[in-house]
Amino acid sequence: MNEDSTGVGPSVPGSQWYDADAGPLVRPYAMTGGRTKPGPSNVRFDLIALVVVDDDPPGPAEESLLGPEHRSLLALCRAVTQSVAELSADADLPVGVVRVLLGDLLESGFVRVSRPVPPAQLPDERILREVIDGLRAL
Amino acid sequence: MAYERSESSGADDSADSTALALKILVAGGFGVGKTTLVGAVSEIRPLRTEEQLSRAGEFVDDTGGVDQKTTTTVAMDFGRITIRSGLSLYLFGTPGQDRFWFLWDELSQGALGAVVLADTRRLEDCFPAVDYFEHRKIPFVVAVNCFTGARAYGAAEVSRALDLDRGTPVVLCDARDRDSGKEVLIRLVEYAGRMHTARLLDTVG
Repeated sequence: MNEDSTGVGPSVPGSQWYDADAGPLVRPYAMTGGRTKPGPSNVRFDLIALVVVDDDPPGPAEESLLGPEHRSLLALCRAVTQSVAELSADADLPVGVVRVLLGDLLESGFVRVSRPVPPAQLPDERILREVIDGLRAL
Repeated sequence: MAYERSESSGADDSADSTALALKILVAGGFGVGKTTLVGAVSEIRPLRTEEQLSRAGEFVDDTGGVDQKTTTTVAMDFGRITIRSGLSLYLFGTPGQDRFWFLWDELSQGALGAVVLADTRRLEDCFPAVDYFEHRKIPFVVAVNCFTGARAYGAAEVSRALDLDRGTPVVLCDARDRDSGKEVLIRLVEYAGRMHTARLLDTVG
């Protein structure tokens, strides 16, 4: 706070400029209304769960009621099917926050989420073969 | 349940409804080249996602009395390889510090397997990762990142030094090299497939 008084001109408290290095100016969970977990359905979004825009989303009237972060996530999902991790990186929001926001979008029917691979259950051999061949072909 | 059933192909013509994403973890000590490896094989610039830990007390059961009152941000690097439309591989570099191990638990949920990167000049740095995956029976390969100037050890020597279970592959690699990184991943997927088959036979027999 006392570093930026070196410049010329009057230094009015609260008039300092902050750049990205200062970190977020809004506490992350302010965007979620303080919620740290997704809504009542209590879904747990895996980092690689894929988020798709719902085929039959609510109308523009309902969409206009969404907050800016909800809308930017929705825009990212519309562009291309993405994983939760990618959405977090692209929206520049912590994963925890993205999970809460996605929970809202899921409950209001804007998006669908693919089921994460169950623990200790590997895809069948055919898929693994495909992965190996695909890697070789890269 | 609000989850979409990925098996239901139905009349939906979009490939997205059957999209499958697989997860591979890249673990190892600090500065061993995890991000480098992810970057070498990923088709996208490694992205960085952050987990904000603001709920003090929830995750601090085994930090040995370390007082963690403030918000901590843990960064995870990740990359993606698209095998075909609807089938992609995600690589996650695990956070290096031990105190973020609870994140590993989440990351390893449903993971296909893991790459443990090792540096022979400080092999002990990868012990925790080896222990972790052995304990949880997650298939892993040890990839020895051959830094220039580091004395070259053979795969067998590393395997012995780490006291690995028989069959755990050890691969020598250059984390900066795409082909080398690809080879590591191929060895891992092959091994994960073998482990899986063996386990299936176990449950039958």
